[in-house]
Amino acid sequence: MTLDDIKKILGAVVLTGNDDLDTEITRAYCADLMSDVLAFSVTSSLLITGLTNTQVIRTAEVADIKAIIFIRSKRPEGETIALAERKKIPLLVTDFSMFDTCGRLYEKGLRSQSGENV
Amino acid sequence: MSTTKEGAFFLTGRDFTNAGTASSELKGILESMHVQPDIVRRAAIAAFEAEMNLIIYAVAGMMNYSITPEKIKVVVSDMGPGIENIELAMTEGYSTAPDYIREMGFGSGMGLPNIKKNADELKINSVVGEGTTLEFVIYLNKAP
Repeated sequence: MTLDDIKKILGAVVLTGNDDLDTEITRAYCADLMSDVLAFSVTSSLLITGLTNTQVIRTAEVADIKAIIFIRSKRPEGETIALAERKKIPLLVTDFSMFDTCGRLYEKGLRSQSGENV
Repeated sequence: MSTTKEGAFFLTGRDFTNAGTASSELKGILESMHVQPDIVRRAAIAAFEAEMNLIIYAVAGMMNYSITPEKIKVVVSDMGPGIENIELAMTEGYSTAPDYIREMGFGSGMGLPNIKKNADELKINSVVGEGTTLEFVIYLNKAP
């Protein structure tokens, strides 16, 4: 699915990366622990998280995360958004909780790892 | 890839604003040298974990890198508290990080195991009360 599909499924607001909504997203990973993201996410994933500090953007950059969606209406500060803009990582915010965000995306076919992609 | 490159970044403990910039720059350098994307990702992740460890625990330190056609070598050395029990620190989930570090999404005890997972070689030398030197190597032409 595309980032635009994800935006619609979650009724999300785009904070930065409006021009990249046609980006194809095939995997997702959710965590509030950045080391878990570094250890277990796969390349080109969508990151679903409740953390909004600049380290999330750094982690995403290092782990080749394609886009980030913040859950429960958590909006990052300007510094985080500015860094994401520089690194060209789209940021979205949804009102849904972590559980509901993951559930809705899973229901529409998004999976975490290739091995579970059935 | 035929060129060789080396350099260093100075790192300051507790400087969370700039934490990750050295690894980010290293990633950019590797990309500009057309290193394979999966190797770039492994090197960037290992470097980032080592950089975060230094920022979290040490007063200051350096990240030195050298990239040759054969391998990427990164040495992160710090003036810090040192690691009392390296074997224990290598255990997944073991961490001595304070709560405010955990609130930032770090300190879950995955840092060193994660460096080991991504590197082909890892050496750690540490003296309690003086500092730690961590060195990892990733080979560029290793058969998968």
